[in-house]
Amino acid sequence: MGKCKTSAEVGGMGHSVKRKEDPRFIRGKGTYIDDIVRPGMVFMDIVRSPYAHAKIKHINTEKALALPGVAAVITGETLKEYNLHMMPTLMSDTQMVLPVEKVCYQAQEVAAVIATDRYIAADGVELVEVEYEPLPVVVDPFKATEKDAPIIRDDKEGQDTNHIWHWEAGDKEGTEAIFKNSDVVIKQNIYIPRIHVASIETCGCLSEFDKVTGQLTVWMTTQAPHAVRTVLALVAGHVGLQEDKIRVISPDIGGGFGGKVPIYPGYIIAIAASVVTGLPIKWIEDRRENLQADSFARDYHMACEIAADKDGTLNGLRIKTIADNGYADAAANPSKYPAGMFSICTGSYDFKNAFVEVDGVYTNKPPGGVAYRCSFRVTEASHAIERMVDMVADEIGMDPAKLRMNNFIPKEAFPYTSPMGWEYDSGDYHTALKLAMDNIGYDDLLKEQAEKRKQGELMGIGISSFTEIVGAGPSKDFDILGIKMFDSSEIRIHPTGKVIARFGTKSQGQGHETTYAQIIAEELGIPVADISVEEGDTDTAPYGLGTYASRSTPTAGAAGAMACRKIKEKAQKIAAHLLEVAEEDLEWEVGKFSVKGVPDKSVTIQDIAFAAYTNHPQGLEAGLEATHYYDPPNLTFPFGSYIAVVDIDSKTGFVKVRRFMAVDDCGNIINPMIVEGQIHGGLTMGFAPALLEEISYDEEGNMTGGSFMDYLVPTAVETPKWETDKTCTPSPHHPLGAKGVGESATVGAPPAIANAVVDALSHLGVKHLDIPLTPEKVWRAIQQNGS
Amino acid sequence: MATQTVTININGEAKSAEVEDRLLLVHFIRDNQGLTGTHIGCDTTHCGACTVLLDGTAVKSCTVFSIQANGRDVTTIEGLEGEALHPLQEGFMEKHGLQCGFCTPGMIMSSKHLLDKNPNPTEEEIRWGISGNLCRCTGYQNIVTAIEYAAEKLQQPAEDQGGE
Repeated sequence: MGKCKTSAEVGGMGHSVKRKEDPRFIRGKGTYIDDIVRPGMVFMDIVRSPYAHAKIKHINTEKALALPGVAAVITGETLKEYNLHMMPTLMSDTQMVLPVEKVCYQAQEVAAVIATDRYIAADGVELVEVEYEPLPVVVDPFKATEKDAPIIRDDKEGQDTNHIWHWEAGDKEGTEAIFKNSDVVIKQNIYIPRIHVASIETCGCLSEFDKVTGQLTVWMTTQAPHAVRTVLALVAGHVGLQEDKIRVISPDIGGGFGGKVPIYPGYIIAIAASVVTGLPIKWIEDRRENLQADSFARDYHMACEIAADKDGTLNGLRIKTIADNGYADAAANPSKYPAGMFSICTGSYDFKNAFVEVDGVYTNKPPGGVAYRCSFRVTEASHAIERMVDMVADEIGMDPAKLRMNNFIPKEAFPYTSPMGWEYDSGDYHTALKLAMDNIGYDDLLKEQAEKRKQGELMGIGISSFTEIVGAGPSKDFDILGIKMFDSSEIRIHPTGKVIARFGTKSQGQGHETTYAQIIAEELGIPVADISVEEGDTDTAPYGLGTYASRSTPTAGAAGAMACRKIKEKAQKIAAHLLEVAEEDLEWEVGKFSVKGVPDKSVTIQDIAFAAYTNHPQGLEAGLEATHYYDPPNLTFPFGSYIAVVDIDSKTGFVKVRRFMAVDDCGNIINPMIVEGQIHGGLTMGFAPALLEEISYDEEGNMTGGSFMDYLVPTAVETPKWETDKTCTPSPHHPLGAKGVGESATVGAPPAIANAVVDALSHLGVKHLDIPLTPEKVWRAIQQNGS
Repeated sequence: MATQTVTININGEAKSAEVEDRLLLVHFIRDNQGLTGTHIGCDTTHCGACTVLLDGTAVKSCTVFSIQANGRDVTTIEGLEGEALHPLQEGFMEKHGLQCGFCTPGMIMSSKHLLDKNPNPTEEEIRWGISGNLCRCTGYQNIVTAIEYAAEKLQQPAEDQGGE
C-alpha cells in the first residue's frame, strides 16, 4: 500500500499504531473469565468418563453430596427433567449435555459437582461413583463405516450406520474425462491428524440468574456471543429463558483460534445449574479437560488424485475425503457447507476441472471439528493441493517453483471462477512467489542442496503458494443455524467529537480495539486516541456472528467503514448548514469539510459533531451516529507464497527449519505491525502441526497424551525466526480493499514444511509423509528408504 | 483439611491468611489476594502463565503451595511497575510482544528473572530463558525483540531512563 492518507496522530490505515489494549495487558489488568467474581459465587467441576463407549448403569451421588461445601450434583437425569440433557450442535446435529444412557467418548461429561470452593468441587468429583458397562469402541472412521461396526448414535431415529452426511462439489464426469486424457495421474492418501487449538486460556463461564427478574447473565469464553444468546433462547425458551432476558458477555479472551466458537456441555450445565439453584456458578476447565474434551480440528483422511500433462500442465484434481467428526457433528461450519470451504482445494492453479467429495463419519472420539486458526477446512484443502502439486513436479522432474509459475491463475484472469464455482476476487500469484524466491535466494539454495547431497547431508526446500477463502460470508449462501453471516458496527460520535464504536465481532488477541479505531480514523479523520471500541456484550453491541474464519475485517471492519460513510453523509448536511453553502459545494478531506475552491472555509468533524447536538439544521434529526449491517457481496481470497528450508539429522530424524520466508498478500493493510504479528503467530501455528502436534487414540478410544506433557505446543526454542514480506493486491469489493489475515500463515505454512522435508528425502525415494513430521517418522522413512 | 496461617510478602506488602495446606500459591495470589494478573493455563507446570518471582527466582505458582511461600517475597506482574512502566512492560508494548495478553504477565516475569541473571542475553539465551512459557499468539519473535529492547534500556545509565 502506498502513502497513508492520515497523519500518524490521526492513525488511520497503514499506521503501525500501538495497541490500545496493551496498557491493561502489560500490567496484568485484563479481565479474563476466571478474573470475574460475583457475590455468593460457587464453583462447578465435572465428572468425566474414563470409557470411550459405555452404558451408564448407575450414578451414586450420595458421598459427594455428603461432603461439606457441596451444594449439588447435576446428572443427565437432573437435566432431563427440564429437557436440557440434549442440545443442538452448530451443524444441526444433536449432542448430549449430560448422558442419561451411555457415554460415547473418553472425557465426556458425566455429572457436575457444585461446591462453595473449587477445591471442594474437585473433591466432590472424586466422590461421585459411576458404574459403567463398556461397549464396543470404534475410533477408526473407516472401520466405523463397516457393516458390523457398533452404532454410536443409536439415540437418533433412523441412524443405523455411523455415516453422517455426504457432500460434493465440482464436476464428477467432466473431471473423469480429464483424468482419462491426461499423461500423468498421481494418487496419494494424505491424512491430516487431529490437533487442538490449545489457546493458553482454557474455556469457562460464570452464569448468574436472578430468580426475581428472570435475567440471566453469562460471562463466557466465546468468539460469538450473539449467536450464543440466540441459541440459548432457542434451546431453553421452554424453561422460561427469553432472549431479551439473556445477556452474554465475552470478556477479554485468552486466545480462541476456533476453539471458543462451539457451545460446550460445560457451559450449558453451568447455566442450567445457575437457573435451577439461583447461585452464580463459575466453571473453568483445566488443561486436560480442554485438550481431551473440547472440539478438535482436522482429522481429514483425503484420497487425492491429480492429473497433468507431461509438460507439467495441471489438468484435473479429485479428492475423496472421510471427515472423522467424532461422536457428533459439532463442527463450526456454515450450514450449507458441512465440509466448510474444502472446495477451495484447486488453490492457486488454473485447473480445467475438479471434483471433491467428503463424507462425515461418527466415531467414539470427542465431537467437532473446529478450525484451528483457519477458515472452515481451508488448511486441509491447501495441504492437499500443495502436496499434490509437488508430487507432480517430482514425477515429471520439474522444479516445483517453475511448475507453480506455469500453472498459476494469471493476474489478468481475476475475478476468476474456479472449477468449484468460487469467484476469486483478486490475486497476483506470480509476483508473490517471485518475491519469496528472490528474498530467500532460491537458486543459491538449489546449488547448496546439490552440494550437500553429494556429502550425504539432508537439506530440503519446500514451497507453498496457497490461496485462502475467508470473510464468510454473503447471506445468500452463508448462515449458521439459519442466522446469516453478516456482521455489524454501531458508531456514535459524542458532542465533543469523541467516539464509541461497537461491533458484532469479538477479539481474542487480534487487536480489534486498535484496528477498528483505525478504520474509523481513516474514514472520519478522528484520531484513534479519541475512539473507544467495544465488543462482546450482547446488551450493548449490535448483532453479529463473531470472530473466526478471518472474518472480522472482511465483515465487521467493512460495516465500520460503511457506518462511517453514513455518518459522513449526515455530517455533510450539517457542514453545509454551518458554512451556509449547498452540500454539493463541499468537499471532504481527512477530518473536515471545506468549500470547494475556498479551502480555508471549512469545518472539522469535531465542529460538526458539536453542532449535531447544539446547532443542528431544522428538519434534520439531532445526533451523529450510524449502524451498519454489512452483508459482503463475496468472500475474500488472501494468498501468499512461502518457502521453507530444512536440515534433517539423518541419525535422529530431527527436522530443523533453518529458514522460512513468508510473502503474504492480504490486500490493503490497516495496521502493518499487527498484520506482521498475526503472520508470526499464524506461521507458528502452522509449524506446530507440521512437526509437533497430534492428538491420537488407542483402539479402546483412550487419548494417548492429553496434557501439555504430550501435546507439544512449540516453545520459543523450536520456533523458527520468521522472515516476512508482502505484496498488496486489494480486494475489489471490500470497502477498504482489505482481505483478512489472521489465519493465512497457519493455512500456508504446513505444506511448505512438509514439502521441504519430502524434498530433503526425495533422492532416497520418499514420495510423501504425513504430518506431524516427528523425528521418529522421519527417521523411519530414512531407514526404510536407505540413506 | 488442615490449615495454617501464612504471611507472604506480596509486592512489598505482608499478607496473612489462614489457608489449607494444599492451597496453591497461584490461588492464594488470585483468589485470596485478588491479584488476577497471574494467570492459569495448564495443570502440569508447562505453560508458565502463572509465573511469579519467589525471592527473586521465577517459579510457576501453580506448582508451589502457598505454605511453601510463607515468610518469603513474591513479586507478581502487579508489583513490577514503579513510578514508570518497567522496561519489559514498555518493550512488550513497543515491540508488539503480546496479542491476547494471557501469557504476557508470566512471560514478563520469566523475562525479568532472565535479565536479572543475564543482563545482556543473546537471542538464543532469550529463547531458552522463556522456553518454560508458552505463547500461542505471537510466535515468540516479537517477545524476543521486546526483551532485547528491555535489556538495552536497563543497561542505559539511570539518568537516561527517564519518562518519555
